[in-house]
Amino acid sequence: MDANTLALFWAGVIAFAIFVYNVLDGYDLGVGVLFGTTGDEDRRDRMMSSIAPFWDGNETWLVVIGASLFGAFPAVYAVFLSAFYIPVVLLLIGLVFRGVAFEFRYRTEHGRWLWDGGFFLGSFVVAFVQGAAIGTMIRGIPVTDGQFAGGPFDWLAPFPILCGIGLVCGYALIGASWLVLKSDGDLRAWAYRRIPWLVAGVVVFLTVAFATTIDIRDQIGDIVRRLEASFGDRAWAAAFPAIGVLALIGVLVGARKQWDGLPFPMTALFFLMSLLTLAAMFWPYMIPYSITVQNAAAPAQSLEFMLYAGVVVLPVIIAYTVVVYWIFRGKLRRGYS
Amino acid sequence: MDADVVLLSRIQFAFLVTFHIIFPSFTIGLAAWLATIEGMRLATGNPVYRRVFDLWLKVFAVSFGLGVVSGIVMAFQFGTNWSAMSEKMGPIQGPLLAYESFTAFLLEATFLGVLLLGRGRVPPLFYLFSCWMVALGTMASSFWIMCNNSWMQVPLGHEFVDGKLIPADWWAIVTGPIVMIRWPHMLFGAFLTTGMSIIATAAWYMLRDRHREEARVMMHWGLGLVAALIPVQLFVGHLTGEYVHKHQPAKFAAIEARWKTQQPASEVLIAIPDVAAERNLFAIEIPKLGSFIASGTWDSREVGLEEFPKEDRPPVLIPFFAFRIMVGMGLIMLAISWVGLFLWWRGTLETSRWFLWPAFLAFPTGFVAVISGWYTAEVGRQPWIVYGLMRTSEGITPSLTVDAVVFSLICYAVVYVTIFSFGSAYIYRLLRDGPYEVMTGPRGATPNRPMAFGDPATTTGRNIRPAE
Repeated sequence: MDANTLALFWAGVIAFAIFVYNVLDGYDLGVGVLFGTTGDEDRRDRMMSSIAPFWDGNETWLVVIGASLFGAFPAVYAVFLSAFYIPVVLLLIGLVFRGVAFEFRYRTEHGRWLWDGGFFLGSFVVAFVQGAAIGTMIRGIPVTDGQFAGGPFDWLAPFPILCGIGLVCGYALIGASWLVLKSDGDLRAWAYRRIPWLVAGVVVFLTVAFATTIDIRDQIGDIVRRLEASFGDRAWAAAFPAIGVLALIGVLVGARKQWDGLPFPMTALFFLMSLLTLAAMFWPYMIPYSITVQNAAAPAQSLEFMLYAGVVVLPVIIAYTVVVYWIFRGKLRRGYS
Repeated sequence: MDADVVLLSRIQFAFLVTFHIIFPSFTIGLAAWLATIEGMRLATGNPVYRRVFDLWLKVFAVSFGLGVVSGIVMAFQFGTNWSAMSEKMGPIQGPLLAYESFTAFLLEATFLGVLLLGRGRVPPLFYLFSCWMVALGTMASSFWIMCNNSWMQVPLGHEFVDGKLIPADWWAIVTGPIVMIRWPHMLFGAFLTTGMSIIATAAWYMLRDRHREEARVMMHWGLGLVAALIPVQLFVGHLTGEYVHKHQPAKFAAIEARWKTQQPASEVLIAIPDVAAERNLFAIEIPKLGSFIASGTWDSREVGLEEFPKEDRPPVLIPFFAFRIMVGMGLIMLAISWVGLFLWWRGTLETSRWFLWPAFLAFPTGFVAVISGWYTAEVGRQPWIVYGLMRTSEGITPSLTVDAVVFSLICYAVVYVTIFSFGSAYIYRLLRDGPYEVMTGPRGATPNRPMAFGDPATTTGRNIRPAE
């Protein structure tokens, strides 16, 4: 394989890992967000139990993304993490709080409020920061000599903030879809009632975000023009947002007819289409609009060495992940143990 | 680059990695211990193994959780604070970390779910298989991280083409002589850490005359492991010293607090190095022993720090004292495990309170040894981030500001101190309460606690747990 093909292969593996992460950690972060909207102790326990066997593996996909970027596209890893220094700190602290909550909340009664609060806030912050990072990327990240050249608060603009709230709603939506799939009785009905509102939240925040972008066209006019230009080159990419909208309608239909199996895959399809839309907007840039896939790639010797991880190990990972999900299949009735 | 940003980032990295290493060095050993005990239970059918397993599984769950969350933080530190290093050294360090996440992290994280919550859902052999997959994941993880760090200590198998770092010989990078010594050194360090914790817990129960049967199992396995492993570890540690002597002479001189080149060289057992005057105060030295330890002869010439320009010298105080603390901990482990073995053979182990007290108090020896060993290795590598190739000050993120690092350092410090305090308190409580009786009863008998794993009985003090 030549260097270009290897770089494309790794860009593909990382894109796949981002999709898997969005769906898998998406639903357990979403359950964490929903967890904070109910005070009912029994419901909270059942929500926690529905994700307990899976959250650790789900979250690890984030490390896979980070480490693969470090290996295959070190320039992107370096620029991305330094551009998002403060959001990354918040993200990591959010992950710490929600991660320890799984064990800690069962080990105390007086202190449970602390870990319950940390679980909700941690999940919320993680989801928000990821959305804000996507928003910042859409606006573009300045780079000089292969290193980040912007300020520490570039991500705290209206557009990224709206994207952040949008992703919180998106993760909560897939979280509610997961609860519908894995629970019954009161919790299932509770989750069903939230799905239409969350769909509305996703749509409203994305619409407002992009409408705002157009309002302040003077400031970021050339970014919008660049977006339009790149879409102009590949008009077929308009199919992605269109399928995304259909997927959201599918979620609503599933919620209305109470087909437990429908909302989750439809939300996952919506996530996939959103990612493909972003990819079509950014391509061939990995850090928009300064570092491309080809000029960020590690030397061919590095990518070749990593090839075994992508070709041999990744299928094994997929196989045992499927096995473990199969072990914990079906609805949660009396707990997983 | 601003010197304060470099210093603050170093403090942050040191703080985060010190906190983090406590948990892997404990859970690498615990995972293997759980897999062994579960294997014994299947082989013998003895229920005492199940009670021991259940106790340590809960401890494992809490410490593994802390290890995972603090490990995720580590995975991003290279990019946030050391982006110049990440960008330039990424072609070699990046793929090693990528292999760690592909072969280790997902394996352990995915099978952990089965370990904690899946016993009632899978056949016993699959459960044992899951135990081993978690153990394998923790060990694979330590391998890749030692590859990475060993390359930072002694870079090899690379070349520069147009000023860009290119990996030339991956085989040398992943199976080089240095990683093949340092990985076992870390792995054994982790096993010893866990072994000493198990011994200490058993001694604690024996002192309080509780859980006799479980304590006996734990004491015997722990003593056997530590007693057999500690001589091997001391030998591997010596080999580690040989690589430092050969490849990092300045670090070696700092560890020995050897300011002047000597022939034959004496060995400073203990002293207070006076860095400003470049001499040792209150030194206790043994003539010629320094040559013997370093080169195996009684009259070799050993280089002192004076031969290195000041800007190329590592700090002396931390490597010097940390190394001695590590060796001291090793000797305590040696004494406790061998005396314990002797008492076991004499049949007086459980009544010898003069032995049980030090054995109980020795619970932190493994942790202290691992941390001080890492301090020796990492501080001794300074002023280089990648030895001989890149200085620590050259690796820093160019856009980083003092305010940003102060903010992150305070956040991490507050959060880590909080979760560490609660985490230690919960582990202490789990170990204090000890193993549960496995009762026969209906499965999952607590309706409003579907997660029977996190049993509330811990906090109410009822030592009864329904069996699956």
